[in-house]
Amino acid sequence: MNYNWNWRIFWEPSPDGVGTYMDTLLSGLEWTLATALSAWLMALIIGTIIGTIRTTPNKVAVRIANAYVELFRNVPLLVQMFLWYFVMPELVPESIGNWLKSLQNAPFVTAVLCLGFFTSSRVAVQVSAGIQSLPRGQKLAGTALGLTLPQTYRYVLLPMAFRIIVPPLTSEFLNIIKNSAVALTIGLMELTARARSMQEFSFQVFEAFTAATILYIVVNVVVVFLMRWIEKRVAVPGFISGSTGTGGH
Amino acid sequence: MFANFDFNVIQRSWVYLFQTGMTFTLELTALAMIGGIILGTLLAMMRLSKFRLLASVATGYVNLIRSIPLVLVIFWFYFLVPYIGAWLIGASEPIKVGAFSSSLITFILFEAAYYCEIMRAGIQSIPRGQVFAGYALGMNYWQTMGNVVLPQAFRNMIPVLLTQTIVLFQDVSLVYVLSITDFVGAASKVAQRDGRLVEMYLFVAVVYFVLCYALSMLVKRLQQRVAIIR
Repeated sequence: MNYNWNWRIFWEPSPDGVGTYMDTLLSGLEWTLATALSAWLMALIIGTIIGTIRTTPNKVAVRIANAYVELFRNVPLLVQMFLWYFVMPELVPESIGNWLKSLQNAPFVTAVLCLGFFTSSRVAVQVSAGIQSLPRGQKLAGTALGLTLPQTYRYVLLPMAFRIIVPPLTSEFLNIIKNSAVALTIGLMELTARARSMQEFSFQVFEAFTAATILYIVVNVVVVFLMRWIEKRVAVPGFISGSTGTGGH
Repeated sequence: MFANFDFNVIQRSWVYLFQTGMTFTLELTALAMIGGIILGTLLAMMRLSKFRLLASVATGYVNLIRSIPLVLVIFWFYFLVPYIGAWLIGASEPIKVGAFSSSLITFILFEAAYYCEIMRAGIQSIPRGQVFAGYALGMNYWQTMGNVVLPQAFRNMIPVLLTQTIVLFQDVSLVYVLSITDFVGAASKVAQRDGRLVEMYLFVAVVYFVLCYALSMLVKRLQQRVAIIR
């Protein structure tokens, strides 16, 4: 075993000329967080819509929503990245395609789109599970009070469902942060990509990856605590949060 | 819309894609599944063990692996395995490890953390009384686990284990970051050689979709069949 440890490498200037290796890694972390947060926003909005549709009485709409979920679940994320980055600009009209290819932040935009759609299918499954875990009486009560179906969803079902699915949504959010690392294949300089390039330039493999690992763990811990706090704030008395649809005795 | 595209490229590279690429992907998936489930079960037993040290080592490992991206884990082990190998056999230089063994080790160690959580749920789903009954009959820990608890835990968890295997099958595509020729790697090599990115990546997506969708339907069916009626 002859590996030369050099933990001071982080304070040495990096070859990109803007700062130290530490600055490079932290800027990678910013890209990771920016990608994950933007994609998460998109996933929540689309996922809620698709997930809600999956529980409506309209059979055709349910089928389309189910097909949407299956489509994004059964293709590897890496392949989806390639589809958005290499294939999509070729299939849209040429002018839009050229505009997409000349975008300055093309990898970022693509990664957000890809992760957003990918995660939306997962959020959709959780949202439908949350709605279906509610007692049937709630929907009936809503309609009995004279609410329309959209109103019942807006004021009765969705507010309850969201509170119930906070724990699974937390793990989806953690997943989106981790999945953003796949975007390095299309050239997004996020945390893992920065660690990799630091390793290539400085040959300090294990220091670079250790730093990236620690940063990921810190982000994880922060997210978990934040979501636990949110979970407590929004908990509905009388419901055991986290147990969606498990029948007891 | 597809006028400028040449889908014959798929026909031309068919043999390479499947014989070299898909074979690698499937072999890696199968071996990583077997290794991952075995190691995952051991980890689950450690997590549930009454020895605090064993339990916290396993918990720490599982939480660590589950909080970092697979791509980073792949890089970690790609560089780490030669050093560990050298340390194990006492060599002074990092040993050379082939692409296949390196990624196999990575995926076994990575997926074990996920299989562990599934097996832990499986073991915990068995009523405690069965363990006590095992001990009361004079069986030791390994006998109780091997003959009473684990067979039932596996049976309960088969659908979840298989679903995780579908995830593993998709995850294997990430060995692309090491320029290994798995199915995606093979397709992307052909795509770049012939300048046919659109055709190849669409084809890859279709193949994955068909395989994964068929498998997940199979798992759904199985789920109804293996369910233990209580």
